[in-house]
Amino acid sequence: MTQQQTEGGDVRLTGISKTYGSFTAVHPLDLTVPQGSFFALLGASGCGKTTTLRMIAGLEEATTGTVSLGGRDITDLPPYKRPVNTVFQSYALFPHLDVSENVAFGLRRRGIKSVKKQVGEMLDLVQLGDFARRKPHQLSGGQQQRVAVARALINHPQVLLLDEPLGALDLKLRRQMQLELKRIQTEVGITFIHVTHDQEEAMTMADTVAVMNGGRVEQLGAPADLYENPRTTFVANFLGTSNLIEGEIVSTGTDVVVSAGGGKLRLPGGRCPSPAESGGKLLVGVRPEKISLAHTDDAGAIPEGRNRVTGRITDSSFIGVSTQYVVESPAGTALQVYEQNIERDGRLVPGADVVLHWNPEHTFGLDAAQSIDAGVAEGLEDAA
Amino acid sequence: MSVTEAPPAHPAEEAEVRKPSTRRRLVPYWLLLPGILWLLVFFALPMVYQASTSVQTGSLEKGFEVTWHFRTYWDALADYYPQFIRSLLYAGTATLLCLLLGYPLAYLIAFKAGRWRNLVLVLVIAPFFTSFLIRTLAWKTILADGGAVVDVLNTLHVLDVTSWLGWTENNRVLATPMAVVCGLTYNFLPFMILPLYTSLERIDGRLHEAAGDLYATPATTFRKVTLPLSMPGVVSGTLLTFIPASGDYVNAELLGSTDTKMVGSVIQTQFLRVLDYPTAAALSFILMAVVLLVVTVYIRRSGTEDLV
Amino acid sequence: MSVLRTLRRNLVVIAGLLTLAYMILPNVVVMVFSFNRPRGRFNYAWQEFSLDAWKDPCGVADLCGSLSLSLRIAVWATVGATVLGTMIAFALVRYRFRARGAINSLIFLPMAMPEVVMAASLLTLFLNMGAQLGFWTVLIAHIMFCLSFVVTAVKARVMSMDPRLEEAARDLYAGPVQTFVRVTLPIAAPGIAAGALLAFALSFDDFIITNFNAGSTVTFPMFVWGSAQRGTPVQINVIGTAMFVIAVTVVLAGQLIANRRKSNAGK
Repeated sequence: MTQQQTEGGDVRLTGISKTYGSFTAVHPLDLTVPQGSFFALLGASGCGKTTTLRMIAGLEEATTGTVSLGGRDITDLPPYKRPVNTVFQSYALFPHLDVSENVAFGLRRRGIKSVKKQVGEMLDLVQLGDFARRKPHQLSGGQQQRVAVARALINHPQVLLLDEPLGALDLKLRRQMQLELKRIQTEVGITFIHVTHDQEEAMTMADTVAVMNGGRVEQLGAPADLYENPRTTFVANFLGTSNLIEGEIVSTGTDVVVSAGGGKLRLPGGRCPSPAESGGKLLVGVRPEKISLAHTDDAGAIPEGRNRVTGRITDSSFIGVSTQYVVESPAGTALQVYEQNIERDGRLVPGADVVLHWNPEHTFGLDAAQSIDAGVAEGLEDAA
Repeated sequence: MSVTEAPPAHPAEEAEVRKPSTRRRLVPYWLLLPGILWLLVFFALPMVYQASTSVQTGSLEKGFEVTWHFRTYWDALADYYPQFIRSLLYAGTATLLCLLLGYPLAYLIAFKAGRWRNLVLVLVIAPFFTSFLIRTLAWKTILADGGAVVDVLNTLHVLDVTSWLGWTENNRVLATPMAVVCGLTYNFLPFMILPLYTSLERIDGRLHEAAGDLYATPATTFRKVTLPLSMPGVVSGTLLTFIPASGDYVNAELLGSTDTKMVGSVIQTQFLRVLDYPTAAALSFILMAVVLLVVTVYIRRSGTEDLV
Repeated sequence: MSVLRTLRRNLVVIAGLLTLAYMILPNVVVMVFSFNRPRGRFNYAWQEFSLDAWKDPCGVADLCGSLSLSLRIAVWATVGATVLGTMIAFALVRYRFRARGAINSLIFLPMAMPEVVMAASLLTLFLNMGAQLGFWTVLIAHIMFCLSFVVTAVKARVMSMDPRLEEAARDLYAGPVQTFVRVTLPIAAPGIAAGALLAFALSFDDFIITNFNAGSTVTFPMFVWGSAQRGTPVQINVIGTAMFVIAVTVVLAGQLIANRRKSNAGK
C-alpha cells in the first residue's frame, strides 16, 4: 500500500459484527481504511457488504465491536451526529424538494443559514448548475446520481459512503460515472468507501478492495494483487475467471511440482498455501489470458520449462480484441483460454487437438479443501 | 499494509453484545397505545358487554341480570328469521348488482376515459358530499307512483313480470323489495367502484397488448387477463358492499314497507323503542356471527387472505 | 348496421355511462327539488318553481343547529381519528413488535362489522356505564369507526415510501424530530390527507351509529331522518345541493391548481 497515512482520519472497525436473530449478516470483522483512500467492499448480494457500510453510517446498530473515526469512538453516535455521509442505493432523493433544496438539506439541518453560494458551487462541481429548480423525478438517472453525490459531499464529511451508487445506471453511463467519481475523489481528497457487486467497477476505481463472502472478508488488497494472487477459490473465481486444476503434490521446494491429468505442472513455492507437503492435494490456478494455445502439430516448437496441458477445443467465440476458447482436457473439463487476435491460426477451431502452455511463474496454488466452484455463479450473475 | 484482516473469527459469545436501547424498542408501543386503547375500549369491550346483555333477563323497571338465558337467541331467531333471510338476500342481490353495474364504470375510468378520467372519478365520489339520507329520499321522488320511471316500466310490461316474481306489487315500485334493493345498490355502488378502479388501474396496459399479440380476442383477454388481475378489487369491493348492506335499515325504512323490513330495523326497534335489550343484543350478535362467517369463508375461497 | 356495430364496440363505455347516470340522478333530483314549492309537508312531487328555500336556508327550526353540530363533530372526529390512525399506521409499517397479527385484526374488524352491530354494542357499553348520551358519546363513536379507515389510507402511503428517504435525512444531520417534520410528514401528507377527508365524510354523513348513541342530541343526518317521518322541508335539498356544489368546486379547483403547478415545474 502506497497510500499516504494520516492516523488522524482513519476509519477503524474493531470486532464489528451484526446478527439478526439467528442469522449472522457480518461476522466479527477488523478493518482499517486509511484517510484519503478509495476503498471498495466487493461481494455478491447478501454477503454483508451493505450491512458493514450501514454500521459505519450509523444506520445499523452493531451487535458487537466498535467503529472509530480518527481515533474517536463513534459506535454509539446516531447517524445525524456522525461526520459521515452516504450516497444511497437508488439515491433516496427527497421527492418533495427540488435539487437545490435536496443539496442544501444537510447544511440547513446544521443551522447554516446562507447556503446559496455553497449549493451553487457544489452543483457546478457535479455539472448540474442549470437544474437547481427541478424536482428529482424530472431528472435522468445519471443526473439523480450526481445530485445524490452533491447532497452528501456539500457537508464535507470525513468519509463518504457509497452504497451501489451506480447500480441503477446503464453500462455506458456507469463507466462514465466511475471516472467522474474517481475525479471528484481525487479533487476533494475525502475517504470514499464504496460498496459494489461489480468487480470491474471495484478494480477500476478503488486503491484497496476487500472481497466479502458470507459475512466475512475473504481477502483484501490492491486490485492487481488480488487478481494475481487470489488466496481462496472464491476470490479466484469471483474476480475475473480462473482455471483451477486439482492435482497431487509430487515435490516441494522453491518450485512445487504437481501431477494432474497425467502430466506435471510446476509453480513457485511462494505462491502456494503455506503447508505444501508431498502427497497432499493442491488446486493449481492460472488466468485464461496467461495461457498460449498451440496446435498439436506445432507442439515441438513450445519452449522447454513451460507448463503444458493437452486437450481439444470444444468451443470458440470471437470477441474482437481476443478470441475465447473452451478446451476440454483430462486435467480439468472446461479450461478457458483468451488469445489476443494478433496472428490467428486458422486451424484453431472446435474439434482441433491443442496444447495449452504457460509460464510456471504465472501459476498460483490454492488449498484443495475448498469448493472448486466457489464464487463462479456469483461472478456470472454480475457479468450479466 | 496499513489494512489488517480479520483474525479468524472472534467467538461472538465473548464479545460484548450490544442490545438495541429500550427507548427505541418502546417507540412502536407508544405509537400504538392511544389508538389501540380506543379500539379496545369502544369497539372490543362493547362486544363483551353485548354478549353479556344477550344472556340477561329482566325488564327495564326491575333491571337486567345475567341468567345465562340462551333461549333468547332461539326466540330471537324463531321470531325474526324472515328478516334475517331477507337481509342476506337483499344485501347479496345488491352486491351482485353493484358488481355488474360498477365493473363497466370502473373499467371505463381505468382504460377508456383518457383525459376525462379525473372528471369521471370526481363524479363518482361527488354524490358522497350530499347526505346519503337526502339522496335516498330522492329515490322516493324518482320511483313515485305515476312518475316517469314507473310509467315506462308499466308501458313495457316490466312490472307485470316483476310482480309475478314477487319483486313488486300492484304496478308500483315504491314500498316493494325492488325499491329497497335499488336503494341499497345505489348507496353502496361507490364502495364497489373505487376498489375495482384501484386494482384495474394497476394493470399494465402492455399486458392487454401482449394478450392480443398472443392471439387472444378482446373477450378472451378480459376473461384470462383483466378479470383475474382485478380479483383483489372484486373481493374487497364485494365485502365493502355486502357488509354494510346486510346491516342497513335506512333503505328498507325509507323505500320499503313493513313487508321489506331488514334485520337492522328490528335491532334498532328492539333497542331504541321496545327497549328489549337482551333480544336486541342477541339479534345483533347473530348478525355479526353470520357476517363474519360469510366474510371468512368468502376470503378463504377467493384466496386473497393477504387482503386483511 | 354500422350503428349496431358502434354500439357493440362501445358497450363498456355505454354501460359505464349508464351506471354513472344512475349514480348522479338522485343528486339532480335533489337539486331540482330545491327549487320546488311543495303543497303538503312532503317535498316528493313537483309543483312550481320557487326560490323561497334558497332565500332562507335556515328557515326551518333546528335545521342549521343540527348542521353546525354535525360539522363540529366531524371536525373533531377527523382530528382525533387522523392523529391516532396515523400513529398506528407508522407503527405498523416502520417497526417490528409483538402481537402484530392481533393488532391488524383489531383494526380490520370495525370495517368488517355491520354498523348496526357496532352501534348496538356501543350503546350497551354506554348504558352499562351510565354515560350521558350526547355530543361526547357521538364523538367517541365516530373516532372509533373512522380510525380503521385512516389507518388503511395512511398505511398504504407509508408502505410505498422508501425507508431510505428517512435514513438519508438522518444521514444528513436531521434528528428524529426534524426527520419526521421535514421528510416523513411531507411525503406521507397525501395519505394522511386522504385519510382525514375520508374520516370527515364518514363522520359527517353517519346515521346509524349516531342514531343509537346520540340520545336527544340531533345531528344533521338525524334531522333528515326525522323529517322523513314528519315532513321534508325544501331547505334540506338546499343544504344538500349547496354542499354538493361547494365540494365539487373545491375538488375541481384543487385539481386545476395541481395541474398548473405540475406544468409550471416542467418548464
